Amino acid sequence: MATAVAAPTRGSGQSAASKKTWWSVANLVVLLYALIPVLWILSLSFKTADTVTDGNFIPRSWTFENYAQVFQIDLFTSALINSIGIAIISTVLAVVIGTMAAYAIARLDFPGKKLLVGVSLLIAMFPQISLVTPLFNIERAIGLFDTWPGLILPYITFALPLSIYTLSAFFREIPWELEKAAQMDGATPLQAFRSVIVPLAAPGVFTTAILVFIFCWNDFLFAVSLTSTSRSQTATVAISQFTGASQFAEPTGSIAAAAVLLTIPIIIFVLFFQRRIVAGLTSGAVKG
Amino acid sequence: MADIVLDNVVKRYPDGTLGADHVNIEIADGEFIILVGPSGCGKSTTLNMIAGLEDISDGELRIGGERVNEKAPKDRDIAMVFQSYALYPHMTVRENMAFPLKLAKMNKAEIEKKVNEAAEILDLTQHLDRKPANMSGGQRQRVAMGRAIVRSPKAFLMDEPLSNLDAKLRVQMRTMVSKLQQRLETTTVYVTHDQTEAMTLGDRIVVMRGGVVQQIGSPQTLYDTPKNLFVAGFIGSPAMNFLPATLENGVFRTALGDLTLTDELRQHLEASDAPRELIVGIRPEHFEDASLVEEHQRPKGSIFTAEVDVLESMGSDKFAYFSVQGEQAMSDDLADLAADAGTADVPGGDTGTLVTRLSAASTATEGRSSEVWVDTSKIQVFDPHSGRNLTTKEATPAHA
Repeated sequence: MATAVAAPTRGSGQSAASKKTWWSVANLVVLLYALIPVLWILSLSFKTADTVTDGNFIPRSWTFENYAQVFQIDLFTSALINSIGIAIISTVLAVVIGTMAAYAIARLDFPGKKLLVGVSLLIAMFPQISLVTPLFNIERAIGLFDTWPGLILPYITFALPLSIYTLSAFFREIPWELEKAAQMDGATPLQAFRSVIVPLAAPGVFTTAILVFIFCWNDFLFAVSLTSTSRSQTATVAISQFTGASQFAEPTGSIAAAAVLLTIPIIIFVLFFQRRIVAGLTSGAVKG
Repeated sequence: MADIVLDNVVKRYPDGTLGADHVNIEIADGEFIILVGPSGCGKSTTLNMIAGLEDISDGELRIGGERVNEKAPKDRDIAMVFQSYALYPHMTVRENMAFPLKLAKMNKAEIEKKVNEAAEILDLTQHLDRKPANMSGGQRQRVAMGRAIVRSPKAFLMDEPLSNLDAKLRVQMRTMVSKLQQRLETTTVYVTHDQTEAMTLGDRIVVMRGGVVQQIGSPQTLYDTPKNLFVAGFIGSPAMNFLPATLENGVFRTALGDLTLTDELRQHLEASDAPRELIVGIRPEHFEDASLVEEHQRPKGSIFTAEVDVLESMGSDKFAYFSVQGEQAMSDDLADLAADAGTADVPGGDTGTLVTRLSAASTATEGRSSEVWVDTSKIQVFDPHSGRNLTTKEATPAHA
């Protein structure tokens, strides 16, 4: 093929090829950086207790015992259910409230709009650790401590700024004329919002849902401070409380197995919604 | 179906600028009316006020005799076609057209019937299950039309519906819109900045500028007796030629030489106490190759000789362009028009060029001198300060 390339175009071809090489190298570095720890954990989870510390990337002897062990711990199973329930409820609520707030911010002019945006930004920047002690005291006083709502409420608070920001960016991209058209077609503002705007903002809604879900799923700080029993302890907390077979055994294998198990729902969640994040869903609405 | 009356309608923006300044238009039932003007003239604002998408600051809007100022768009029972089509991209063509009917809580069978009827009219039947993203511009445009007509509303509002189409398709769609309107006999308000569209489509045309209605009339009235320089320059393609002129001893002294006035015009100008410095406007078709003018016609006009700059042969006609020496006609109206056409900042643009339409038989050649005859009886005369047309009685206000 190289011989077929005419002399004048060779220069640009070469530079394009070298550009491509550079990008590939850069991508590879980023991928390795992100994936090696994950693969390492995966490898640990398949190692037997004797070989955990041998330093081999590929386990010498494979075992599923770690996984079996994880499910024998009662705490972990209930924690997994808590995690799933709390994360899903928080995500749904944060996205629904966020959608309405973001729409208002993107489309309407109302007094105090800047203040609202400012406050939500403030919440996003607020160091969460500084709220742990007050929240702990408040929740104990009003009986929310160690309950699902006790975790869902702070999760929504911290997920809302994120969802409002992401969603208002999406709403801004939807041509306003569509809404005017819906109004002319006889829709009330609510009907226009529901049957025209929300379906079009779907990619944004799903993106936001993924981000919020990951945030709730991964949280450790609130989960460890605001829960105490299997009633509401989440999986991240449960892992931290694993014990080894004996007092002196490190539960490395079980922790690795549990960590792998914890990433699976996120991977499923992302894969499931990724298909709905179809770029250019609004193409065809207006002159493209 | 209903008539639409704009009674001293004003649009005042929060910063005090006027989007529409005391607009008075009476649109008869079933009439096809065009709002035309350069961008920013208030035509879209006016349309949006009729639609209910913008608030009316002052005045009254009546549809079918009923005041609708305070009514929401959905309660006005009018349909709108947007410049960008504004189709719902997540719905198929069928769903798009059914949307207004569904909102009106019509039953399914009837929706089906109406959508099929509209699709039939617009030749969209085989596309009903496609999504807008996979359609061509012309098809999308027809879907937008379909969504408007299914509901049989009191009126159609169209906001530059054809301006996103390419030139050839635009001409086809223009005919389609015209036929559709004749067939449905629904009151239609159509906004465009294209004077050709305005001339070909409308029963009547409203020319707007800076939020103020300049003139309302049939296309021919606007063409023959424009009320002012702005209307004269806006309507017609190629545009009317404007030349500064001095009225002296019953002749106009212009860069083309002396142009004799008809007795009627001279008497009229004297009677209306016209200033000596004027602007004369001559339409391109009122020029002719002098050698082709019959002997008995010649005294009705004047003849000048000039070098042809550019000659464009259209087959049926020839357009000859001449450079005009000397001063150019100056007026706010003309400056506005030039700004709109984008010729204001083009060196040697429209200004200073005389456009003439000669018969195809003309022997005029580029770079050669040519004798050109002007039909002076068709000359329009304007006041350079007010822009007012001084030529005819009906074009001047009654009190003048």
